[in-house]
Amino acid sequence: MKFWRRTEKKHETVKEVSPDTPSVSQPLKAKTTKAERRALQEAQRAAKAASKANGNSAVAESGKASPAKSKKQSSQKKDGPPVTSSVTIYKKSGNHPLEKERKKDPPPQRMQFDDQNRVEKAKRRALVNQTEARNRVEIFRHLPQYEHGNQLPNLESRLFQLDSMHPAVFKVGLRYIAGDISGVNARCTEMLRALQDAIIDYSTPPEKVLIRDLTAKINSYVSFISECRPLSISMGNAIRFVKSRIAKLPLSYTDTEAKTALCSDIDRFINEKIIIADKVIVGHAITKIRDGDVLLTYGLSCVVEMILLSAHDLGKKFRVVVVDSRPKFESQALLARLIAKGLSCMYTHINAVSYIMHEVTRVFLGASAVMSNGTVLSKIGTACIAMVAHEFRVPVLICCEAFKFHERVLLDSICCNELGDPDAVATVPGRMDINYLDNWTNKENLQLLNLMYDVTPSDYISVIVTDHGMIPPTSVPVIVREYGQEHYIT
Amino acid sequence: MESEAPTMENNPKISAYYQTRLAHFGVVSTEWLAQAQSATNPLPSSSTDSDTDKDTNFSVIDEFNRWRSHPDLAEAVAAIRALAAVISSSKASTMMQLEIELKNASDTLKAWDTTSISLTAASDLFMRYVTRTSALEFEEFNSAKSRLIERADKFGEISYKARKIIAMLSQDFIFDGCTILVHGFSRVVFEVLKLAAHNKKRFRVFCTEGRPDRTGLRLSHELAKLDVPVKLVIDSAVAYTMDEVDMVIVGADGVVESGGIINMMGTYQIALVAKSMNKPVYVAAESYKFARHYLLDQKDLVPAIRPVDFGVPIPLKVDVECSARDYTPPQYLTLLFTDLGVLTPSVVSDELIQLYL
Repeated sequence: MKFWRRTEKKHETVKEVSPDTPSVSQPLKAKTTKAERRALQEAQRAAKAASKANGNSAVAESGKASPAKSKKQSSQKKDGPPVTSSVTIYKKSGNHPLEKERKKDPPPQRMQFDDQNRVEKAKRRALVNQTEARNRVEIFRHLPQYEHGNQLPNLESRLFQLDSMHPAVFKVGLRYIAGDISGVNARCTEMLRALQDAIIDYSTPPEKVLIRDLTAKINSYVSFISECRPLSISMGNAIRFVKSRIAKLPLSYTDTEAKTALCSDIDRFINEKIIIADKVIVGHAITKIRDGDVLLTYGLSCVVEMILLSAHDLGKKFRVVVVDSRPKFESQALLARLIAKGLSCMYTHINAVSYIMHEVTRVFLGASAVMSNGTVLSKIGTACIAMVAHEFRVPVLICCEAFKFHERVLLDSICCNELGDPDAVATVPGRMDINYLDNWTNKENLQLLNLMYDVTPSDYISVIVTDHGMIPPTSVPVIVREYGQEHYIT
Repeated sequence: MESEAPTMENNPKISAYYQTRLAHFGVVSTEWLAQAQSATNPLPSSSTDSDTDKDTNFSVIDEFNRWRSHPDLAEAVAAIRALAAVISSSKASTMMQLEIELKNASDTLKAWDTTSISLTAASDLFMRYVTRTSALEFEEFNSAKSRLIERADKFGEISYKARKIIAMLSQDFIFDGCTILVHGFSRVVFEVLKLAAHNKKRFRVFCTEGRPDRTGLRLSHELAKLDVPVKLVIDSAVAYTMDEVDMVIVGADGVVESGGIINMMGTYQIALVAKSMNKPVYVAAESYKFARHYLLDQKDLVPAIRPVDFGVPIPLKVDVECSARDYTPPQYLTLLFTDLGVLTPSVVSDELIQLYL
């Protein structure tokens, strides 16, 4: 165990020095520790294989790491800092102490969960006790995956013990874990409202400056929320906005003045960027719906729902094909609401999409985030629909607000994703006889994968409808450039 | 005009834009000439309220027609010059009044022919360009007005000279011994070829007939005058001759926000054939043709009707496709030659966003 401590210290020093010059020093330092880490993991794996219990999943997770994996992990770690540009600020990593973050230039990068040491540190700091899942898929090891169902009662019981956490933020975190809120707009709005409540109840402690202390508090809230459920990219935009408004507060403001200014800023953000933006998008998109159209939609996007309902209110004659998929069946809620308003709908699952696509004239999809190269990150299955539509020459319209645009570039669905509950894939609700996968965790050569997001390339997208108008996917960096300075970054 | 009005109603509504093009460049027949004549009379104005509005209404259209009678002048430039004249002859005393007058004049011009994309685009761009001058509110009215007139004139000059700039920029793309395929009679493309011939480049041109106006015949006539070897091909022979062609150059009636173009019927076909045979398609278009429409497919276009003459009487039961133009999506276009430079189709949206910021 002395061996372990030595490498840990070395890692500490590596981490403290390297973030200043990530691309230069890290390759050299990483190479020296890689061999040691590999040897360490071999030793641990042998030890764990010998004393392998069935329940201790945290141990099993580290034991399963193979030498090939460590190479990939270190290369991923190397790629980590240069890839995430200095502009993006993600408050996902709870491992770096917050004071250190502010001293160093590169912002904390997304936490790569395949690096054991970071995971250990994060767990020590974390407020939410999560047990890692077993049987994880290899290429998604850099994403967090926890066993579902454990955290909720655990957290609820600690409600009154966590006095560092504001109750509104705690409530939002609980709702995230429970899965009550889904959809980027709802999550973002709820989180901003919780931050607003936290700001209203905030009072500067003596000897501290409001700006710095409030920023630190917001960071801790955000890291709590991201532990409950990983942040989506557009939520990152919203948080950046809040922090930039805090940073721009004049120092002469008193507490109450600053708090009212911040609350009105957050109100303005929610109003302008989400509520009014939705109305503008609906206005633009309705011009693309003609009488006799057959519109296809997938998943539950609130903007697309608004578009369909207002087009119906305007008296246009069209019918809707609602496509759904396991395990969440999110579109059923949309279907119920559309039918209640009197639209004629057809409901089908995603495996039939190439069968009905020939009669479809337009495809309307929502987005979780849009990247600079025009790729769209949204609920899993969207890329499939867009691809089939492209083959059948059906125009695909993505409807999303401008605050979801980001200057990052994504080339595949692997780097940035979220893993859901694998048990949801293993069981079919209502069918007790399909129980072949009941003991899947015990089978070593079986891994279940439940991805939440996927990435649609820009070639499959015809137009992105935003509150700035209808733009081709190639013009996303233009919008980020022109409007980014005013609203997101300073 | 009353005797001709019933004949106009019997025929399907003819796009005035294409009538005038016909009048200028097509193979002229007396019937079309008469219809073109009647098209130049102002439509009965139905949207005016007061007398002063009526005056400006008529003067805008009159001014527009005066400019438009030059066969060399693009319609959009005529519109811009007419709108500039509105500013200088306006009797308004405040900035808001002037802007309202301008808006009314621009709406009247657009209503004159709702199907013309370049007219709409040019009017909109003119309005944005002119009213974008900063600190207009703080200046004294007369100096602000003179500044507006200055900008309007400058915009008119730029648009007028656009063709020369485009011709200069596209010279690099025409190399010695190349074969160019052109479609229809576009004055911009003609300018390009004229300049190339003037620079003693050796190239030959395949000219499509351009049914039903047969504008290609006129173009081949003009090119023959410049001693450029021309070969006329019928529209259906484009794929047959595409092997020998090095590049396709077309003009545009309008450039839409997706980067695609709206042009004479047949352009989409030619672009498809060129793409499948890996030949570049270049579009020569002035920047005032950038319009804020976003087209998803052919049916999104407002159809411009143009009667087709088959030479023999067609029974009434047979339907005829009389649309005059089609939409070419941006993936089939290689480059756009504009007065802003040589651009890729995705830059159109960039330019429009910057202008409408």
